[in-house]
Amino acid sequence: MTKNDWREFLPRMERLATSAGLTYNPVEFEEVPNSFMMEISVYGLPVRMPHWSFGVRYIYQLVQHRMGHSRLFEVVFPGNPGHAYLANSNSVAENILVAAHVLGHADFSRNNMLFRRSREQVGDNIVEQAANHARQIGRAIEEHSLERVEAVLDAALALEQHVDVNQRLQRDRYPEYLPPKASVSDDTFRTRFAALEDASDARNPALPARQRAPVPPRPEGDLLWFIANYAPELEGWERDIFLAVREESFYFHPVFATQIMNEGWASYWHARLLREADFLPQQAYVDAIKCHSDVVRPLASGERIALTINPYHLGFSLWESIVEKDGLDAAREILQQDDDFSFVRNQLTWERAQKLELFRYRAEASGQVKVVEPDLNSLHEALLEPKYNFGAPSIAARHIRIDGTLELEHDHKVDGRGLDVERSKKVIEYLQRVWRRPVIMKTIDEHGAELEFTVPMAPVAA
Amino acid sequence: MDESEIKSGNPRINGWYELFSRGARDWLRHNDKVREAVREHLPEIIAGADIVGGGSRTVRVPVRMLEHYHFRLRKPEQREGVGQGAAKPGDVLAKPSQEEGSGKGPGGRDEGSIEFVLEFKVDDIVDWLWEEMRLPNLKARVGKSEESDWTREGWDRKGARSRLDRRRSLRESIKRRSMQEDSPAFTDDDLRFRQLTRREQPTIQAVVFLLMDVSGSMSERDRQLAKSFFFWAVQGLRRQYRHLDTVFVAHTTEAWEFNEEEFFQVSGSGGTVASSGFVKVRELIGSRFSPARYNVYLFYASDGDNYSADRAQAETELQSLAELANYCGYLEVSSASQRQLSTETGGLFKALADAGKPVGSFALNRVEDIWEAVRHFFQHQASES
Repeated sequence: MTKNDWREFLPRMERLATSAGLTYNPVEFEEVPNSFMMEISVYGLPVRMPHWSFGVRYIYQLVQHRMGHSRLFEVVFPGNPGHAYLANSNSVAENILVAAHVLGHADFSRNNMLFRRSREQVGDNIVEQAANHARQIGRAIEEHSLERVEAVLDAALALEQHVDVNQRLQRDRYPEYLPPKASVSDDTFRTRFAALEDASDARNPALPARQRAPVPPRPEGDLLWFIANYAPELEGWERDIFLAVREESFYFHPVFATQIMNEGWASYWHARLLREADFLPQQAYVDAIKCHSDVVRPLASGERIALTINPYHLGFSLWESIVEKDGLDAAREILQQDDDFSFVRNQLTWERAQKLELFRYRAEASGQVKVVEPDLNSLHEALLEPKYNFGAPSIAARHIRIDGTLELEHDHKVDGRGLDVERSKKVIEYLQRVWRRPVIMKTIDEHGAELEFTVPMAPVAA
Repeated sequence: MDESEIKSGNPRINGWYELFSRGARDWLRHNDKVREAVREHLPEIIAGADIVGGGSRTVRVPVRMLEHYHFRLRKPEQREGVGQGAAKPGDVLAKPSQEEGSGKGPGGRDEGSIEFVLEFKVDDIVDWLWEEMRLPNLKARVGKSEESDWTREGWDRKGARSRLDRRRSLRESIKRRSMQEDSPAFTDDDLRFRQLTRREQPTIQAVVFLLMDVSGSMSERDRQLAKSFFFWAVQGLRRQYRHLDTVFVAHTTEAWEFNEEEFFQVSGSGGTVASSGFVKVRELIGSRFSPARYNVYLFYASDGDNYSADRAQAETELQSLAELANYCGYLEVSSASQRQLSTETGGLFKALADAGKPVGSFALNRVEDIWEAVRHFFQHQASES
């Protein structure tokens, strides 16, 4: 078989998928060099804004890759059409498997609620939009210098996860005034009192002065939006950068919040489509199935125990068991409505957890790791803990002081412990360069006592 | 890991592509930021770097990757996780690690754990430092009739074709193209021309004597301090004199001339007779470096202990040296910081300084202060007239 033969199987694979009930937007497949695959995984998007932190991730990825720890087969971007990038080092069999896998993803992203919501907000062409952001930032660099743009990106990208996806992407500013108080003037006394000529002027002006609404009216977790809209001296181009980062975050959110379901679903479908693809030559089938078991396995080869869960395997096993027990229609309904939280909590039952040999462990700061008595609830929570709040601490803007100082507050009750103060101070340094006034943070220290901190303002660069 | 190693990685398949890739571009930008950060702390960092060995013209500074900070939760004392495989309650899967308080749980090391090495050109460093510290050039005594000469200095966007710096221009082009896709290979803005300026150059040459006490009381650490100081002092002089001769002399109770490499390896034993070193230097001046043609500088490093019996002779010799030299610097390297130049040798130099001779002293106790020492001598010499 020659390198491109997998494409010949594609139409039949797609027919098979459609007849099995998958519905998806057309997908454009493209084979790219490994280095490009690596960049896509580092940037999250094929073309994205420049920032030095991506360079750091790139080197990590490169080192990992050199050491043979990671291999990327494909990356898919939902859209209409969707874009799938395949590594050009994939064998024919691997590409057949990957193509089936991609169709699973395409079905998932078209039908899952979070993806649909995100698409309503962000649109169907995130790949192009991100490329536009990159161009826009390139222009800003030309106009305002690399250093200034970088300072804005340092802050905006540090807040990447701090968005509120329950709000609209195009979100209005807060109302400037409080709604007028419900009129109390309809009792007869007030009406008659107001009608008294000289009293009406002095004591009861016809229109009560409107009252300014506080900003923010309630704690605001969408820090990117908040700073873009309320930073005292933010320039237009700086605001645009914040909003560009925010838009990309809206795109990334469902990918993050449904990873177990999504990878599991794609794996379920590549396995099933391969099984049913009687048009595949025997050898290609065998090779592809071998690749499947390499990717979708709980433990690295030769290991008996893993301390991390392979989301491919977990999702795959859950979907298989769901389809087997309740049928495909029930599975599709779950796909449409759930995210990883509800999926894990509802579908990872005690029986399934036992069958998967999941165990719960406790890792001490000393390095000791001990297996503890399992219970379903804590298994769920330990699996989901890294996924809360887009994977970031719950931080909200609380108040802008009269001198422009921004008060941020960390909700330690929700997160269970305080912030890493040293890192947070560095982030506050980034923020102060765009907020241009002091920014302070409230959290708790290691003893649970209230803690408030900030850092000195950096001298303003000319 | 080395920057150059990454850039040249896997040239067979993707080398060319990687060079122009976004990942590589952002990585280079990261490195620029590291360079900036390093530059700010240059004196401290350089003080510890191994520069002198082998006479290499670059310094390799180990650095950590920068971290782009995010809000994070405090590291928990205890973390719960889910694993998969054959394990039952009570199994201990990992023992407390040996390093106390390393605090690294399972699941991989922290980010920022990769160290890599950046190379700096010694010449660049010296230029930065002299600019940053606003150090004056040393005063030339001989050859007042300075001749001006054209030297290269910096780059400009305009200039004669013959002075086009191709390397530099290509660099500008690469920089620009990494920002703007689909743009022409070269534009006029990329071109860089070498600039020439007229700079005063002393007409004659200079020689610096680096005299080091290697007697038994000088510890390895003391010699290391002296060595680092000498290195930077010489760099500073080289910056000024196109032709700078360096002469290395070590002494215990006797004195010998060495070549550069040997000089820094030498260790002696026994007592200290400083005058032996001064005599040797004077002899060398007389035979090879006539003060009529040479600006003579002397830097002497010692722990300050000298036989008191040698006092009278050392005094005379040093005095005659001070007549010959533009400047004599005495660097007291000693871990016993409380002495601060109140030593036998320190006293000799102090007496000369009090008599208005161009000599200066500095007590160096820590690597961190090497730059203070360099600054001290250069500023002091410049203010002498």
